[in-house]
Amino acid sequence: MTSAEKYVTAAYLVVFVVVLLYVLIMATKVARLEREVAELEELARKRRAEEPTRKAVAVG
Amino acid sequence: MVSRANRLPLLALLTLGLFAAAIAMVFYYAPVDQDGFNQKIFYFHVPIAFTAYACFGWGAWRAFVHLWRRTPGADLESYVAIHQGVIFGVLVLVTGSIWARYRWGHWWVWSSNQLVLFLVLFLFYAAYFMLRYSLEPGPRRENLAAVYAIFGVVLIPVSWLAIHLAQDFIHPVVFTEHGPQLGGSQLFTFLVCLAAMLSLAACLYHVELAGKRLDARLKSLRELLA
Repeated sequence: MTSAEKYVTAAYLVVFVVVLLYVLIMATKVARLEREVAELEELARKRRAEEPTRKAVAVG
Repeated sequence: MVSRANRLPLLALLTLGLFAAAIAMVFYYAPVDQDGFNQKIFYFHVPIAFTAYACFGWGAWRAFVHLWRRTPGADLESYVAIHQGVIFGVLVLVTGSIWARYRWGHWWVWSSNQLVLFLVLFLFYAAYFMLRYSLEPGPRRENLAAVYAIFGVVLIPVSWLAIHLAQDFIHPVVFTEHGPQLGGSQLFTFLVCLAAMLSLAACLYHVELAGKRLDARLKSLRELLA
């Protein structure tokens, strides 16, 4: 590999690594959002279970 | 008609295709010019610089829309665009330095106005985040960030014209007042690379924006359930 080829490879690798790093950060963020959604889902379920059971009442 | 949800995968697919074509063209189609094999860096370095300018420009436009029409979400769009611009700005500086190390024997040359002005532009937008996160979330932060984003866009033509104002042309000039100084196949390769880079920026912009919007919605949902 010539010196010029090494520099070209390095430049293209930098671009690839930065994009990959960005994807990695985004994947971490998506994982966090998934955890938050699961927490909220659990919270909503608990709320529903705590609600007093409503009985059907004849009106009129 | 393509729905909004399906647009992002299509954009990602387009980006992938354009990148595959761009890399193939850079190494197998575009001829090696008098600068040698090292010139291949140009096909990524310059489109990345143009993409950074486009991101900063789009960020300033969304900031302007935020101030003018108070469009909901325009501030977030401006922030994400500037974030993308800074990422592409890092890539411009790094790929440029790699090229300079081979060609000039130095990682950085302070006597080149174009290099220094791009660094100023980059640092200006890097400081945008310091300003934004030093203020409490709310209309004041949004307005100040928008004004700052609009001011920064003035530096783009200055950075672009710097090479023409410089006395010593140590940085190669490809786009002159007489048009691009490239052969047909080189110009075509460059345009494909530019399309690939702009497409990548658009893709990353939409991914980040979707994440931020989802984050905000989850926050408000959490407040509702609390």
